[in-house]
Amino acid sequence: MLEFQHVSKQFGAFTAVEELNLSIPENEIFGLLGGNGAGKTTTFRMLLRLIDQTKGTISWKGERISYDSSHLIGYLPEERGLYPKMKVKEQLIYLGKLRGMKKSEVEKEITSWLERFKVPEYLDKKVEELSKGNQQKIQFIASVIHKPELLILDEPFSGLDPVNVEVLKEAVLDLKKAGTTILFSSHRMEHVEELCEHLCILHKGKAVVSGNLKEIKRSYGKKNIRIDADFDLSFLKNVEGVLRLKQGVNHSVVQIENEQASQTILEELARKGFVRKFELEEPSLNDIFIEKVGAAYE
Amino acid sequence: MNKFFIVLFQTYLNRLKSKAFIITTVMTLLLIFLITNISTIINTFDSSESDRVGVIDTGTFYSSLEKQINMMDAEIVLEKFDGTEEEAEKAIEQGELDSYLILEENEAEEPSGVYKAETVAEQVTPQVLETALQQMKNTVAAEKAGVTQEQLNQIDQPVQFEKVALEKGAKTEDELNQARVFVYVLLFVIYFSVIFYGNMVAVEVATEKSSRVMEILISSVSPVKQMFGKILGIALLGLTQYAIIIASGYLFMQMQEDSLSETGFLSFLDFSNISASLIVYAIVFFMLGYLLYATILAMVGSLVSRAEEVQQMIMPVQLLIIIAFFIAMFGLSTPSATFVTISSYIPFFSPVVMFLRVGMLSIPFWEVALSLTLLVGAIVLFGIMGAKVYRGGVLMYGKSSSLKDIGKALKLSKREQ
Repeated sequence: MLEFQHVSKQFGAFTAVEELNLSIPENEIFGLLGGNGAGKTTTFRMLLRLIDQTKGTISWKGERISYDSSHLIGYLPEERGLYPKMKVKEQLIYLGKLRGMKKSEVEKEITSWLERFKVPEYLDKKVEELSKGNQQKIQFIASVIHKPELLILDEPFSGLDPVNVEVLKEAVLDLKKAGTTILFSSHRMEHVEELCEHLCILHKGKAVVSGNLKEIKRSYGKKNIRIDADFDLSFLKNVEGVLRLKQGVNHSVVQIENEQASQTILEELARKGFVRKFELEEPSLNDIFIEKVGAAYE
Repeated sequence: MNKFFIVLFQTYLNRLKSKAFIITTVMTLLLIFLITNISTIINTFDSSESDRVGVIDTGTFYSSLEKQINMMDAEIVLEKFDGTEEEAEKAIEQGELDSYLILEENEAEEPSGVYKAETVAEQVTPQVLETALQQMKNTVAAEKAGVTQEQLNQIDQPVQFEKVALEKGAKTEDELNQARVFVYVLLFVIYFSVIFYGNMVAVEVATEKSSRVMEILISSVSPVKQMFGKILGIALLGLTQYAIIIASGYLFMQMQEDSLSETGFLSFLDFSNISASLIVYAIVFFMLGYLLYATILAMVGSLVSRAEEVQQMIMPVQLLIIIAFFIAMFGLSTPSATFVTISSYIPFFSPVVMFLRVGMLSIPFWEVALSLTLLVGAIVLFGIMGAKVYRGGVLMYGKSSSLKDIGKALKLSKREQ
């Protein structure tokens, strides 16, 4: 169990994180969401003890993380970077040794990881010769090569093309299967929806939503209706229970207060004309995020 | 293996394999080879270059001039020239002569001369000729005055003058001369090393920070281990480089032993009278001086966001070591000056200035001990502060860097529990 209890961080007068309470079960993928400056990186840095929290306690399996447990922790910082002049192999050996591995162990792992990412030819290349996306793969390898119990990924998918995002996602899911607890941050909702069971949305250092993804969606109440019809839908704005209308080229999405409202809309539509598609769906995390964070802006 | 040693050896081996290290070492070895072999090299180029001087003798001094020149063992070939000046000039044009001398006898029956060459930029030959003529003039004048050659030699004999230090334990003159050279050489070595290897530490830290690999590093190794691993890794590199240089320098000298040992070009490097304790002091002050400056420079390096900013940030620190160097240079001739004494206790200056005083004077041990204590104290202080600044500094990325960021870094790394 990874636990944050009443954690706050103050930089002078500025509050980066305020009263954060989280319990993250082992062997789970937990998503930390938030816009820029929401306090995600600060939260990770406090967890890793790179900076100290002003208040509260953070513990992993009941203990404070320290340099003695660094071989149990993997970290992919948001600030990407490796030694530009060093070869991939030397680099990973050095970083692996610093995580308590033996050279021979690292070498074995490097080969299997590079093959998994289909880039075995990078072994003897200098990092500066690789593209940014490929450097990121190497850095990901650096953060997992020692088989950590707890893996912290700060914006792991940013800057990757869709193919590589898939490759990386698969790797993350496999690590979970192998028993790793993974904590990752993102501002891309679809990644979080796909990977996490539990999540927390941070805004200006405060947790605005926190808990199980399904429960969050259920308790959110509001639903979406996806409609594809031949006529103009703008009249729906005036129907009771409709919160928002987003008209697209192929289909429109109507956000409604609750499930009941959908039936009223269905009737209204049937009266107007031909409806190709009418689908009631769960709210997307994106909607929840925009509303929670947007509300906090107001 | 302890992570401290992993960082240390990584830094050391990585630098050892670098082109910069190999090139500077090879260049230095080449330079040493040139210096130790310089007389051989000069001789090789000079062997055929004896100046041919034609002498137009209007008096009777030619033979005594020839005798005098031979005695002086100069690389001049005299040639009696029976002709006019025009002919002599022609001979120069045709390359038969390099220059000519009109040797005359003046009213006082003493020799005098006019030296003519294409240019008078060449100094050695006319000087030798002048000295020879002076000698001959003295002899003639002395003979006229009725002084014998023996008496003349006696007059020329230099006076016996010896300096004896009364203070017990004070250095004898021989020791002092050797100490002066030793201190002088060591001052350069310390000054150069602190700047060169200290810079290396700052650059190393700044590169890791600017390449953003730093955050991975500090999440696996504590900043203190990391910082001192680096500082000592570079120190080991420096020692390796000096070991190579000193060993090969010694080897080159051995090869040249016969020609250089006593009167040769490098005889000033005879340190046989240097006491073992001075050598120990040299090593101690050298290591401590490096540690102090490397710690400060690592701290400063951790504040830099981009590697290009390193130079501007370490400038104030370098200024300190430059001031120390100038105080020491001044102190070489006046080691007992008050401000030299005072600055030998200030940690920024003491590695060079106190070493200078130890080398040149015989100062009581407690003074050295006090200076060393202050120096070690300063190292510990900057070590603690440096580690804190390092911890916060490596997480800070700003637009411009300045020494004011030290405060910010300290705040960021503050332990709050």
